[in-house]
Amino acid sequence: MSEKTEKLIDKKGIRLDGRKADELRPIKLEVGVLSNADGSAYIEHGKNKILVGVFGPKEMHPKHLSQPDRMVLRCRYHMAPFSVQERKSPAPSRREVELSKVIREALEPSVFVDLYPRAGIDVFVEVLQADGGTRCAAITAASLAIADAGIPMRDLVVACAAGKVDDTVVLDLYDAEDKLGVADVPVALMPNLNAVTLLQMDGILAPAEFETAINMAVEGCKKIYAMQKEALRTKYMTVKEEVEE
Amino acid sequence: MSTLLTRVRQKQIGQMIDAGKRLDGRGLTDYREFTIEEGLIERAEGSARIRLGKTEVLVGVKVETGTPFPDTPNDGVMTVNAELVPLASPTFEPGPPDENSIELARIVDRGIRESKAICTDKLVIEPGKKVFVVFVDIYVLNHDGNLIDASALAAVSALVNTKMPNYEVEDGEVKIKTGYSPLPLKSHPITVTMAKINDKLVVDPWIEEEQVMEARISMAINDDGNICAIQKGCPGFFTPQQILEASKIAQEKAAELRKKLDW
Repeated sequence: MSEKTEKLIDKKGIRLDGRKADELRPIKLEVGVLSNADGSAYIEHGKNKILVGVFGPKEMHPKHLSQPDRMVLRCRYHMAPFSVQERKSPAPSRREVELSKVIREALEPSVFVDLYPRAGIDVFVEVLQADGGTRCAAITAASLAIADAGIPMRDLVVACAAGKVDDTVVLDLYDAEDKLGVADVPVALMPNLNAVTLLQMDGILAPAEFETAINMAVEGCKKIYAMQKEALRTKYMTVKEEVEE
Repeated sequence: MSTLLTRVRQKQIGQMIDAGKRLDGRGLTDYREFTIEEGLIERAEGSARIRLGKTEVLVGVKVETGTPFPDTPNDGVMTVNAELVPLASPTFEPGPPDENSIELARIVDRGIRESKAICTDKLVIEPGKKVFVVFVDIYVLNHDGNLIDASALAAVSALVNTKMPNYEVEDGEVKIKTGYSPLPLKSHPITVTMAKINDKLVVDPWIEEEQVMEARISMAINDDGNICAIQKGCPGFFTPQQILEASKIAQEKAAELRKKLDW
């Protein structure tokens, strides 16, 4: 968040990558991409490329971490060394530890954890390429992977960021806007329950701008939610047709 | 972070909050009494200890010379680290920082960084080569809930109290001279944490409330009353309406706390 050198939005309100203020980047979602995982999903959100694998429900290991009344959800968010401009050390950074925690806390309310006492599930998020908004794209994909694993859920969790660039509140910031912009507000939502499960912010926003940003992020989430459901349908519809033949 | 709380007690906390009351006699948006002592560690360039109810946090600031980050050659460096010292709670264990202490440090860091509290451009000795590095170390001494607000208040108090060594550059060598000047600050963020219990927002949760809360939200407010950092925590959720309500409460409480502080 340093001083900006050039305008990130032109006079017509078009951003450097050609989008309007409330426009999402192109999103591609795919479910069931890994054969060894119980559930998996792949997301391309702009230039973000993220792979998520889910293992479980299975016996909790190590055993002393198991809970007698519920399942334990674990999550690891990890960035590949080649995913960013300067090589990132593969050892988990403090940022990755924090993101693993907030992603886990964003996903957990969607899962009926009390149906699988003493069990555990592992959610592994690998960021293959990063371009701003990886935590949101990771949550969107991870929720699909959990659904793909057949784990009972209250709703899918979908995430999207809003923020402020120059003087405008915009949707879905990419890397340059995230770094040079004024503020970034990632939001995760369970749309059917109207429940926000992740909310963070950095940068400075006046209260009115914050309200606009939240509403814009929620609208963005709802658009991606439709794509999520479509991606699940695409996988399981194909299977059905093959059986019918 | 939980020690055992009986179900009767859990229910009691919830019922009290339904009725707009709390077990320790506070209203839903009241802070516990707090005191801040500054400068009690002479070896540190800055320090402060807060007692927020029974929660006790000591923050020490060390200022040393180091190299700037390659992408910000004209800015000094600030880092925040948090130690959940084992003597502070039976649930804290010795060892490398766990996710709770990393999250705590990063929330405090974000509040200070995003409000641009420290004038990092004034910490440069030689652009691109030598700058001052400000180490903010949070030391939790007693855990009785709401470590986030206590740590954030103590961290900013310690920075207010920080004295920079005077120096001169001689043949590329930095020589520390006698005397000190204050660390240049331009903002004083205040972080307000709220817990959601029985669908109600409760300010400054103490440890028993933290054990029954469904979700937690922290908002840092700068001198102008704008929001500069947010973190939601715990596996629970807020509705968008509750988030906007929380931002209003945070602004009111931050303004109220600011009047009590001599920043």
